[in-house]
Amino acid sequence: MNNNPYLPEMATVQEVITETGNIRTLRVTLDNKERMGQFDFRPGQVGQLSVFGTGESTFVINSPPTRKDYLQFSVMKAGEVTARIHQLNTGDQVGIRAPLGNGFDFEAMKGHDILFVGGGIGMAPLRTLLLYMIDNRADYGDITVIYGARSPKDMCYTYEFEEWRAGGVNLVLTVDAEFPGWKERVGFVPTVLSEVAPSPSNRIAITCGPPIMIKFVLFGLKELGFEDPQIITTLEKRMKCGIGICGRCNAGSKYVCLDGPVFSYDQIRAMGGEM
Amino acid sequence: MKSGVNKRPELKRGNLMAVKIFIAADRLDSVLEKLATKIDLWIPALLKGDKSGPTGFVPYEVGKAPAFDRQTTLPLKKVLLPQEETLLRFEYKKDPEGAPKTTIALDDHREARPTLVFGARSCDVRALTTLDRVFANGPYVDPYYVERRKNTFFATLVCKENDVKCFCSSVGGGPADMEGSHLKIVQVDDGYVVEALTAEAQSLLDGLGDAPDAARDAKAAEMVKEASGRRVGDVDTQGCAEAFRNRFPQTDYWVQMVSQCLSCGVCTYVCPTCYCFSITDEVENLKGERLRSWDSCMFYHYTLEASGHNPRPTKLERYRNRVGHKFSYIPEKYEGLLGCCGCGRCIRSCPVSIDIRQVVGHLKENTNEQ
Repeated sequence: MNNNPYLPEMATVQEVITETGNIRTLRVTLDNKERMGQFDFRPGQVGQLSVFGTGESTFVINSPPTRKDYLQFSVMKAGEVTARIHQLNTGDQVGIRAPLGNGFDFEAMKGHDILFVGGGIGMAPLRTLLLYMIDNRADYGDITVIYGARSPKDMCYTYEFEEWRAGGVNLVLTVDAEFPGWKERVGFVPTVLSEVAPSPSNRIAITCGPPIMIKFVLFGLKELGFEDPQIITTLEKRMKCGIGICGRCNAGSKYVCLDGPVFSYDQIRAMGGEM
Repeated sequence: MKSGVNKRPELKRGNLMAVKIFIAADRLDSVLEKLATKIDLWIPALLKGDKSGPTGFVPYEVGKAPAFDRQTTLPLKKVLLPQEETLLRFEYKKDPEGAPKTTIALDDHREARPTLVFGARSCDVRALTTLDRVFANGPYVDPYYVERRKNTFFATLVCKENDVKCFCSSVGGGPADMEGSHLKIVQVDDGYVVEALTAEAQSLLDGLGDAPDAARDAKAAEMVKEASGRRVGDVDTQGCAEAFRNRFPQTDYWVQMVSQCLSCGVCTYVCPTCYCFSITDEVENLKGERLRSWDSCMFYHYTLEASGHNPRPTKLERYRNRVGHKFSYIPEKYEGLLGCCGCGRCIRSCPVSIDIRQVVGHLKENTNEQ
């Protein structure tokens, strides 16, 4: 980044993918080709995406650092900025401040079995780490992914599920209710978690999804015997500066934008603060 | 306290330029006028109304009378952190050759002019040590703040009279504390003894007056001695960071402390160490600006997320966060530094008489109850 951390780098939208009715994925490249070539980040780090005139919002870079043809962001339409992002087309310019935040400690996860539990748009931060692990498959043991959405129409990244499976991932898919043509599981994510019941031995669980899902997934993981340090999640807060200055996204003395968004469950307990 | 900005060369006594001058009360206007030709000058002054109206720091204008008689109603933070400032300008440019392509040009140029604040108080200047840690000491450095900070000098009044709401000595300061100051102003009977504390400040005094005579010099020294010995406030802030953590889950305590809060946000508006801000875009046609403006953690919308979830939905969580930020989170992050300068403005301005001294003072008591 340049010496003004508030000044975005210009980037161009290369591709827009409609994931669901309210989620779109943007693939962008930095306009400065040299910078794009050097751009490095850790899975789980985030970027501030700018649409000038509307504002900035924070999204995880959900492509992995092992695939750097473009940087990928998945955006659910929820507010003003995200609605504007949904209007972007190929060739449009946006601003990017990235990488920000801590990212996943993928080094410490080496040699472990991995469990991803994702719900809805919560699959985005998991995808970057999942693809990183697929690209470094020998470094990791069993990789099980439990991914759920309300219906098959609310599921992201459906077009790459076969690639994930081919990459040695035990992919368990579920939707909340029966749906015509759906051949995978039916049931809420926490229920499916207890059915699949992955062993907690030498395993790290990474979960992201709506707060209510996370709450019951945590119960489920504890029941399966997972300890707090084995459970990792990404937190979300309203953010502005993204660099630990503006004071908005704190939980206790930690800033989610700077010290997070990735935290283990024991860290979250120690932080105190409002969630 | 180490600070990343405003590192200043040690002052060597015996230089040719004046180290200490006397400004007679009736010459103050002409001295300020002269100073204003050397540097952008800010003074404390009446903002509106008669003598009892609100005061604050304003750019000096010829004839403007400084209000040195009491602490200003509003703090000086806006000199370094304007209430609203442009972070960058953007412009959508259409290709005149007719290609249907629009490009965006960004511009973040800024200017920090040498500035002197003449007549701040110890508490106001000390408050900047908190802002320095947040804006200047990383991991990310805020260039807008830092460039201004490096170019801003403070001529600080030794505080003659504190009022009953002041508590600067409880938070590491004091009425004669000169940390972060470049010039020291002592009010004597018929004028001001002004002393340079840094080499750069020394040149500011050049040509503004003669050294004080022995009697005035002695009087000034006596006043500094009195102020240095005065202990202002008796809030026990020892161990407040840990005490806050223990109090955090005790809802009853916070209900009792803030039930009358109106969420008006004036405590954050008048606070010299409250710096939290928002960033928004303003646009008209193809041009616009990204602005930074003061925000307040006392407002519901401050933490409201797009999903509708709000981690601090009631005034209880919001007020608790304000106390926690100043007396627990900042000390935890920055080696014990308190995020409060003891100026007492939040107490004076609160329409429902919430007193942060009480809230902090009681953090430690009865923490084992419940």
